[in-house]
Amino acid sequence: MSIKIQNLTVSYNFHPAVHHLSATINQGQWLAIVGPNGAGKSTLLNVLAGIITEYEGSIKGINPNNVAYLPQQTKLDKDFPITVLELISTGLWQEIGFSGGLSDTQIERCMNALEAVGLDGFENRQINTLSGGQLQRSLFARVLMQDQQVILLDEPFNAIDTKTLTDLTLVIKEWQNKNRTIIMVTHDLEYVKDNCPTSMLLAKECIDLGSTKSVLTKENLDNAKKVSEAFDENSAWCIS
Amino acid sequence: MKIRLGASAKMIDFLISPFIDYAFMRRAFIGSFVICFGAIPVGIFMTLRRMSLTGDAMAHAILPGAAIAYLISGLSLLGLAIGGVTAGLIVAALAGWVSRVSQLKEDTSFAAFYLISLALGVLIISMKEANVDLFHILFGNILALDNDTLWLLAIISSLSVFILAILYRPLIIECVDSMFLKSSGIASEAAHYGFLFLMVINLVAGFLALGTLMSIGMMVLPATAARFWVNSLDNLIIISIIVGISGCYIGLMLSFYFDMPSGPAIIVSVGAMCILSMLFGSNGGFLRSLLPLRHLKN
Repeated sequence: MSIKIQNLTVSYNFHPAVHHLSATINQGQWLAIVGPNGAGKSTLLNVLAGIITEYEGSIKGINPNNVAYLPQQTKLDKDFPITVLELISTGLWQEIGFSGGLSDTQIERCMNALEAVGLDGFENRQINTLSGGQLQRSLFARVLMQDQQVILLDEPFNAIDTKTLTDLTLVIKEWQNKNRTIIMVTHDLEYVKDNCPTSMLLAKECIDLGSTKSVLTKENLDNAKKVSEAFDENSAWCIS
Repeated sequence: MKIRLGASAKMIDFLISPFIDYAFMRRAFIGSFVICFGAIPVGIFMTLRRMSLTGDAMAHAILPGAAIAYLISGLSLLGLAIGGVTAGLIVAALAGWVSRVSQLKEDTSFAAFYLISLALGVLIISMKEANVDLFHILFGNILALDNDTLWLLAIISSLSVFILAILYRPLIIECVDSMFLKSSGIASEAAHYGFLFLMVINLVAGFLALGTLMSIGMMVLPATAARFWVNSLDNLIIISIIVGISGCYIGLMLSFYFDMPSGPAIIVSVGAMCILSMLFGSNGGFLRSLLPLRHLKN
């Protein structure tokens, strides 16, 4: 099922963070959302994840029951006393509910997910003992546990080593082979050019959407920078 | 041998006779024991969610409800409890609502409402002539617990443990990764407001025994002490409850033998364990940081 975004506007203190955005994201597509700082990339992802619920316009084909979400690592409380196994088993939240325990099969699935991201043997480690790359691998394992049709990744490769980046890219490609829709926010244009088939260049509004090669042109990027920096306190009300 | 046995017997007599000989001491210990089981696990989540000061604000916020109940029904236990819970929930809901619909952060919003509540509470209590009761409300009197109060404390603590068991998983997820929980739908709101409810009912239970100003101590101090010894949530709960119960016992003994006010004596005892843990704790304690760094082979 494709995701249809129609005329989406999200604003903070009356200023638009995402402005009249319309787009269709097809099932099985790996889409990178790129743009300058303040372009509304994470805001758009948070709307798709159901974290921001106040917006104008409509979004179809996505809901909390078919989304797996990987937030930015900086949003995590790494000092909380929780093991890697406990962390990734939270991905089973919708399956086990408020008070259900983990079955042997579910624990085995957790172990398989850890193995798939190269963290076998780490299940009993406290998360505050992990490196940035190891923590990111465990968050990918949690996405594996969620096992959803739509996968949302917010800056998944911030501050991680090359080996982890390569390994986790393989995990994403595996999802792509399974026809999962992957929407990824990143500021790493080189990574996008090398790996992501399609891109959306965002600067509050959608500058361009399509194949990465056609979207990430110098002209588009210059245009995105100009639009993103526009911030007028005395701007007229938008009536479109 | 005879002398040693005599000394042991004296020691045992010293340690347990207050609880054997006096019913009020037994009730005080059972009351504090019950509060520990309900309030301390909630206190652990308060410290982990960095809400200790919000809890302190909430403890003051229950005062006007208790004060109004006191004006209407005197020192009626049920009245004070209902008044306290109602005022606490109103302040929690108002503070949460204001922070969501305005630019005010939740901690500032709580601070504003608790200050208004505290001032209102003191004003209302002052409307009655004898202010001796104000001292009881502010500092509690655990030595005066009757059987009805014990039952109420037991009901509140049981309800608290039951609700916490239901909210346990979403609360953990919210602490570690609130964005992830929000992305999964309604559980985020349930965890947030459910936790505020747990805070309010446990503060009211603590307030009935220890008073409004001391009740937060029983929630925060054992959790803070335990954090210096263990590094997993399960152990944190166990050690915190042991610290809490030990503090209650020592506090009651101090109160009995040295004629100290019982509520503050209990909180000072738990506080002393907290400071000792800060100094000697194996998990980030001060003295540990002075030892030369060591490392394992792998």
